[in-house]
Amino acid sequence: MTEIEFLSWVRGPGFQIASVIFVFGVIVRLFEILMLGRKANLAEANGSEMSGGVRTIFSRMAPESDTFKRSRFTIVVGYIFHIGLFIVIFLFAPHILLITEVTGVGWSALPTPIVDMAAVITMIALAAVLLHRVKDPVMQYLARMEDYLVWLVTFLPMVTGYLAFHRMGLPAPSLLALHILSIELLMVLFPFTKLMHAFTFILSRWYNGAIAGYKGVRS
Amino acid sequence: MKKHITEAEPIGDDDTLGAALRRQGVSRRSFLKFCAATASMMALPPSMVPAIAKALERAKRPSVIWLSFQECTGCTESLTRAHTATVESLIFDSISLDYHHTLQAAAGHAAEEAREAAMRENFGKYLLVIDGSIPVGNPGYSTIAGISNLDMLLETAKGAAAIIPVGTCAAYGGIPQADPNPTGAASVADLITDKPIINVPGCPPIPVVITGVLTHFLTFGTLPELDQLGRPKAFYGQSIHDRCYRRPFYDKGQFAETFDDEGARKGWCLYKLGCKGPTSYNACATTKWNGGTSFPIESGHPCLGCSEPKFWDGGSFYKALSIPTTEVARDALYAGAAAIAVGSALGMKNRASSKQAKAEHQKVSVDDLNKED
Amino acid sequence: MVTAPFPQFNIQNGDDLTRNVRPLLYEIRHALQDLLETGESRVVDLRSIPLAPGEEEKLINLLGCGEVVVKLEALGLSEIYETQYPGVWLVTHFNTDSSIIGRFVEITLIPEILKAQQEDMKDSLLQLDEALLSGDDREVV
Repeated sequence: MTEIEFLSWVRGPGFQIASVIFVFGVIVRLFEILMLGRKANLAEANGSEMSGGVRTIFSRMAPESDTFKRSRFTIVVGYIFHIGLFIVIFLFAPHILLITEVTGVGWSALPTPIVDMAAVITMIALAAVLLHRVKDPVMQYLARMEDYLVWLVTFLPMVTGYLAFHRMGLPAPSLLALHILSIELLMVLFPFTKLMHAFTFILSRWYNGAIAGYKGVRS
Repeated sequence: MKKHITEAEPIGDDDTLGAALRRQGVSRRSFLKFCAATASMMALPPSMVPAIAKALERAKRPSVIWLSFQECTGCTESLTRAHTATVESLIFDSISLDYHHTLQAAAGHAAEEAREAAMRENFGKYLLVIDGSIPVGNPGYSTIAGISNLDMLLETAKGAAAIIPVGTCAAYGGIPQADPNPTGAASVADLITDKPIINVPGCPPIPVVITGVLTHFLTFGTLPELDQLGRPKAFYGQSIHDRCYRRPFYDKGQFAETFDDEGARKGWCLYKLGCKGPTSYNACATTKWNGGTSFPIESGHPCLGCSEPKFWDGGSFYKALSIPTTEVARDALYAGAAAIAVGSALGMKNRASSKQAKAEHQKVSVDDLNKED
Repeated sequence: MVTAPFPQFNIQNGDDLTRNVRPLLYEIRHALQDLLETGESRVVDLRSIPLAPGEEEKLINLLGCGEVVVKLEALGLSEIYETQYPGVWLVTHFNTDSSIIGRFVEITLIPEILKAQQEDMKDSLLQLDEALLSGDDREVV
């Protein structure tokens, strides 16, 4: 297979397969979770489930001061790479073109040099969290193979994308093809790993907030 | 290279390019100018000029057989419009183009006899140039003098010193091979594996690239350095994107969104309009077309990537490289619908099993535990 | 609003799109220094460098024109002149159809192509001898 055939495959059938698995997997898992339901609460409601739920989705964006003191590194670096990922994935012109083509929705891009800078910062932050996971005894105790796998499939698209943009190392078609392939790997693994938190964080926060809201307390 | 020829006709001094030029009254100074232009054409550094002069002096007239298969004659058109007219005419005066359907005066049996004679006389030494792909699905799709393209290729390739597929059709299958490939079109390299092959793709290739490759062979008698797709690195070594004067706009993220917006007028990057420059390797951005006047991107049109294999099947010419080539949205919609059904079914099953578990749940009292003693 | 009948590419000479003009001038400067110090000549092929529309003109304008201008008739015209920087020459080769087939910046004492060539001089010696032998010179005088 020549590099151009490789590129054609990842841009065509490869992306198709990955998209189908991604969409199918995410929706099946969300439906499973949503249909679990909860036991009817027989106690009298002291507040609104909805307002508590919605509020908590956003209020948990800001870390609690005690938590922050205890895990300053995890929170700060975690924020950096999540914002970086957001910028790189959703505000880079070629990525927006792809999203617009598939969904019909589009928005304007950030200037490429800013995205480029965000990519470098994100990669450094991702490297830092890996180092932290390996060094910290508590993290090491908690870490499973899946955590490293999830880290890898997040890091690979960043590195290959950076190399593809700067055209370093390999011929350009191979670089682009490897970048797209790495994203396809991410998309395929996404629904079946902890990466699902990108969707489920809304559900879990809502449930926490709703339970507290029903009781009339803040969560 | 194997030596098939017995020295039947000793090749005299008169057969060298240097001698031919002197006979025409070309001065040494003119010859040096020609060499400087040739070096530039072959994308070689000017410091090579003395070496080129020396080699060209002694270069012998090679016999060239040009076969046209499933093609549109665009490659021949391109070649005959090569802009460095003087240089080309010198080269063509110095090669012996023994067979070319479109350009030769002979017709019918005489034409085929010319080919057979050239093959006989220069066996093992002639250059074979091919334009067009070869139908192997049904040989009847394209024949010359009742001979199928495949048979003619295999027969003529036997005595060739090297084969130069000119144009993307001959090099990689090109448009005839595009989906659904009705004729079963194949490239030269698909069919011939035991001869040196120098691919000169493009739709058409840049004229001076065609002559540059011929000249390289004429000058040095060797094959130029090739990339992994069999193309000479001197011309195909760098991508359009890397040599594009609009690259700074790409780096800054300034793109033309349509063909007539502000960005298009300002000459911004054409990535969003489907430019395949980032993945296409050719000399357009520096050599340019029509006597160095311009090239597609300079005239405001995205690169189609015509010098790459499968360029016709790589998705729309007007969709960016980051856009998938298949109907992802439709498939994702189907997948989503199926997922809702499957997810609901799984949810129901989970509910049922938890209900059943609840129903089968038996309470254990302290008495029950005591009984077991 | 009046729209232009065809797209106007608003690329100005000063835009310096590829940013290659300055590096080229530096290369020429270094070559000139080498020429002074070691006597080594250098030739820069302008076709091997990506230049945006207007950039080649910009470079040529910057180099300017000096004291020597030569026209050569050899398989078409060639224009050779020394730029305003002595030792830096601009050589443009045209073919018989007057289109450019090569453009070079030469950093040298005198471009090689201007020098009389051994082979040509040998031929001219023969021709001169022939002219003298045939006695053509007497008729002219």
